[in-house]
Amino acid sequence: MDMQVEAEGRAPGVDPRDRHGARSYLIGLAYAVTLTLASFWAASTSLVYAPAVPVLLATLAVAQMGVHVAFFLHISSAPDQANNFLALAFGVFVTALIVFGSLMIMANLDHHMMSMDELMRMQR
Amino acid sequence: MSAGEEVLTGVSVVPLSLRGPAPVRVVAGFGFWLFLLSDIIIFAALFAAYAVLSGSTAGGPSAAELFDKRHVFLETLCLLASSVTCGFGTLAVYRSDARALLLWMGMTFLLGVCFLTMEGREFASMVAAGAGPSHSAFLSAFFTLVGTHGLHVSLGLLWLIVMLLQVTTLGFRPMVARRFFCFGLFWHALDIVWIGVFTIVYLGAK
Repeated sequence: MDMQVEAEGRAPGVDPRDRHGARSYLIGLAYAVTLTLASFWAASTSLVYAPAVPVLLATLAVAQMGVHVAFFLHISSAPDQANNFLALAFGVFVTALIVFGSLMIMANLDHHMMSMDELMRMQR
Repeated sequence: MSAGEEVLTGVSVVPLSLRGPAPVRVVAGFGFWLFLLSDIIIFAALFAAYAVLSGSTAGGPSAAELFDKRHVFLETLCLLASSVTCGFGTLAVYRSDARALLLWMGMTFLLGVCFLTMEGREFASMVAAGAGPSHSAFLSAFFTLVGTHGLHVSLGLLWLIVMLLQVTTLGFRPMVARRFFCFGLFWHALDIVWIGVFTIVYLGAK
């Protein structure tokens, strides 16, 4: 490991020290197209047990996001990328908190709220 | 590592506190990366709103009745291809190859325009069919989420035009190269957001 490289850190995105820049994009493209086709197939097939389809779609989407982060944005957990990786981890954490937190709170509210019909009957 | 080892290997280990500031390229890239992550948090809030409201159709059309999967698949392919051509354009910046840059970034621009045209036509046909953003909470959330993504793509295309003008007038000076790297990050991040859009909005439609 080149000590100077580690000392300077590394910007996100493709790096001049990378030798296989174009190859990385082509590998990423192959993975991304495969995963996209799989997603569209999963959404319209009857081969998969229907209640499992949303889970399958979520898995394929997370996998494709991972492919984009690794092969297009070139973010990795390498020592010279510690800052980029930690920032990404925090971003993912906040995103999950907002999405799942909102869904949980709203589902709970919905569960505890009176239905519209009952509310109308009480007002009479 | 001891002083003797340092003499033998020729590698000097500078303590973290004495290393000094990182080069501008790294600082600018990292700063832009933080901006992109905060932008993705905006989208997280819009996704949360859409997920909560997607069932509230107020008697209007539901997601499953409105969306055409083939249309979305073509939009997805446009954005994916533009991400790759943008990557090749970034590599051309490293080689200071103006012709390759114009070729790849020109293709990125055209694919972006294709995407926006398809999205615009979808929006226009929905509004014409009476399923505009004011019809139900579901449609408001849909137009806000997908429209914000489309707005980002439009601003990205505007940015790309400015960058192509800068590279033709100013050449490959470090400042211009840095901005191209930031543009690449922006474009790839938009593609990641689109994965969420087509999975949750279009494929997850019930």
